Amino acid sequence: MGDQILAQYSRRMRFRKILDKVLPLILSVAVFIAVATVFSVLFTTIMTGWHRLSLNLILNYPSANPNEAGMRSAILGSIYTVGLSALICIPLSIATAIYLVEYSRGGRLASILSYNISNLAGVPSVIFGVVGLGFLAYWLGMGRTIITGAFTLAILILPLVTVTCVEALKTIPDDLRLGAYALGATTFQVVRRVVLPRALPMMLTGGILGISRALGEAAPILIVSGLLFIRDDPTSLFSRFTVIPLQLFNWVSRPQPAFIELSSAGIIVLLIILFALNGLTIALRQVLARRAEWA
Amino acid sequence: MSESSAPEVVRVEALRVVYGSKIAIDDINISFKRSNITAIIGPSGCGKSTLLRSINRMNDLIPAASVSGRVYFNGVDIYSKDVDPVYIRSRIGMVFQRPNPFPFSIFDNVAFGLRVNGFKLTKDELYNKVKDALVKAALWDEVKDRLDNHAYSLSGGQQQRLCIARALAVDPEVLLLDEPTVSLDPISTARIESLLRSIKDEYTIIIVTHNMLQAARVSDYTAVMMPDDDMVGRIIEFGETRGIFTNPRDKRTEDYISGRIG
Amino acid sequence: MTATIQHEALRKAIQRKRIQDRFFHITFLSATFVSTISLIVIYVTLGLESFNFFAHVSIVEFLTSTKWTVLFADKNFGVLPLLNATVMTSLIAIAVAGPLGVMIALFLSEYVSSTTRSVVKPVVETLAGIPTVVYGYFALYFITPNLLRTLWTNIQIHNALAVGLMIGILIIPIVASISDDAMKAVPADLRLAAYAVGSRKSDVALRVVFPAALSGVSASIILAFARAMGETMIAAIAGGFRSVLTFNIGEAMETMTAYIAQVATGDAPHGTIEYQSLFAVGLFLLLITAVLNYIGIKVVKRWAIRY
Repeated sequence: MGDQILAQYSRRMRFRKILDKVLPLILSVAVFIAVATVFSVLFTTIMTGWHRLSLNLILNYPSANPNEAGMRSAILGSIYTVGLSALICIPLSIATAIYLVEYSRGGRLASILSYNISNLAGVPSVIFGVVGLGFLAYWLGMGRTIITGAFTLAILILPLVTVTCVEALKTIPDDLRLGAYALGATTFQVVRRVVLPRALPMMLTGGILGISRALGEAAPILIVSGLLFIRDDPTSLFSRFTVIPLQLFNWVSRPQPAFIELSSAGIIVLLIILFALNGLTIALRQVLARRAEWA
Repeated sequence: MSESSAPEVVRVEALRVVYGSKIAIDDINISFKRSNITAIIGPSGCGKSTLLRSINRMNDLIPAASVSGRVYFNGVDIYSKDVDPVYIRSRIGMVFQRPNPFPFSIFDNVAFGLRVNGFKLTKDELYNKVKDALVKAALWDEVKDRLDNHAYSLSGGQQQRLCIARALAVDPEVLLLDEPTVSLDPISTARIESLLRSIKDEYTIIIVTHNMLQAARVSDYTAVMMPDDDMVGRIIEFGETRGIFTNPRDKRTEDYISGRIG
Repeated sequence: MTATIQHEALRKAIQRKRIQDRFFHITFLSATFVSTISLIVIYVTLGLESFNFFAHVSIVEFLTSTKWTVLFADKNFGVLPLLNATVMTSLIAIAVAGPLGVMIALFLSEYVSSTTRSVVKPVVETLAGIPTVVYGYFALYFITPNLLRTLWTNIQIHNALAVGLMIGILIIPIVASISDDAMKAVPADLRLAAYAVGSRKSDVALRVVFPAALSGVSASIILAFARAMGETMIAAIAGGFRSVLTFNIGEAMETMTAYIAQVATGDAPHGTIEYQSLFAVGLFLLLITAVLNYIGIKVVKRWAIRY
């Protein structure tokens, strides 16, 4: 009787055994498609643009002649706007995270405020541009300038950086805090002497994450600044400006093949910067891990 | 009550299970008979669950575990190369410490095993098999009007009986229970014990418990396991339950039963 | 005597640090308000400028007319062509990212060692880190001419299909990452229970883990859809600025976001109807994505308290 059951079982199971073997293969095809896309984007860009890579690309102003055109003004514009946005956003994010994790400890006000942070994260990036233009540039009269761009980007990356800072604070074990509180420390003293020194490296990774995001954003800056042809260096925070992704958008929109190559070369430069920032976060994380071993 | 003439369904010979470099249980020799309930008792950490899991090859799912020795199911060594562990598990059902119904409806929980085992059943046949299993698990009367409700709408005791029904639905020969009432209240526990006694004629039931009274109440045979000085679990005594509890041969059994160990 | 002096000094020190603590408490609380205030500013700015827009344009026309010709002399203000393009491209994107993202999540959560996972996951997440200008460029110069043209010879150079495909690639990490979290959250004892009744690994993955994680998976798809609707540069570069109501995904289409970009690349002086239309379209887009995000977050929360 056992043999009969086993025989029936084997017949039922033939197809299922095959399915069991091939399912991971089918699933890994999806992973392959994703990874292959990353590599084919990188590969085609590099193949199209590498011979246009030169110092001119970095040092020259934009030009109608593709052989002379560069993105000096865009690089400077990116450094100014993104740098300033980081200076605005990172302290705000750290302060917000400290309030949410260390001071509020899950009150009702805090839960509303942190709910709004996730709401802000869901706002499409182009909307930040539209509001930057309407509110900052015109209503507040800041003009379509670097400082308007910087504030727009700062608010755009605020939720991302804040969330990482909150995560950083949550990794600090509670015993450390309790130890300090037991000695009569105020919340601020606990934050400053115990929590912040340990959380700061991970918070900086969050900052770099935000900077990478801001560097790649074209849409909000396109709305705030317009599509400009800028042939001089920014002189103040109230200069008109353009940024690297916008310069790329400009080149991509031109029909001549030379500009397509130029945009590919520009993309390579942008990706190198982004990968370098990415490498920096990995290095920071390793420093962090080593410090955790000592602690 | 106990039927010593019943056929032997599972026989374990010289079983040893190793996790990584630690020997969990060693030198296990025991057999389990049809229409009987065998209890495995012993203090926590003595390897009761490990023994149970080697009978339906659940230990295969732990990468660091390795098994040597023999486990015969109806005379076939289940660890020999040509045996499909999935087949073994469909013939030897298992119920766990905590009720772990799937987050599906009551009906789908019981039908799950029938579906994954590829039985070609009509809707009516499926319904009847689900019903039979729920009747055996003494849950039918409570849920027959709400088979489409979510399993999590049941109480803890009902969920555990649902898990028993889920195991019985695929028509196993052996039912393994790993401390099935440890998370339940006394009334739910009593219901499960009485349902086990009511179905035992058709199955070979092996129950792990660290509740000695439970072993005394439900089982026909009892095996006592105890860790030795190296924390390797071994069977120190095995026999008819009444004998074990009234007249233990091993001093450690006596100590354990009277509450001095454990 | 000395004891009272010491006591007095201690009291003062405590008072000082209390004041300091209070000061920073208020400072940090104010910083926390920035996000909420920004959100209010966003809605108020869009709302007020849209109010100006709707002083000239009836809401009924905006929501029902099938022509959007705001940048032409003969102006029509029907948002449907833009909405249609946004929905079409986002649906294509989800058709790509939904299955691929869920498959990647299942593979990572059920089939891979944690070491492999820690290598594969960042690579997949790189997809979301590449600037979207790059995807737009890739869609226009590589996907359409090399891939789509060979399969569909009379597809237009600018088309909704390429836009949708590339947005789909961009949002794969959203689907994969949230679904993976949901699958990882399925308790291990459910997997054991499935094995104990004779499941194979594929049964566990498809019949237990996937259905048990379904609400997390659907949330990931809703959130990814909202993200797809807001994507701008891919649609602006590869979609073409052609605001016509069409269901042919081989044609150029203008999404809501692409329209906003188009106005910005041209010249829309402050105070004109073209300028105000930015805000009306922006508000419309924001409201749709806000509703989707709200539903998505609700679903995620429901799934989070289940186990």
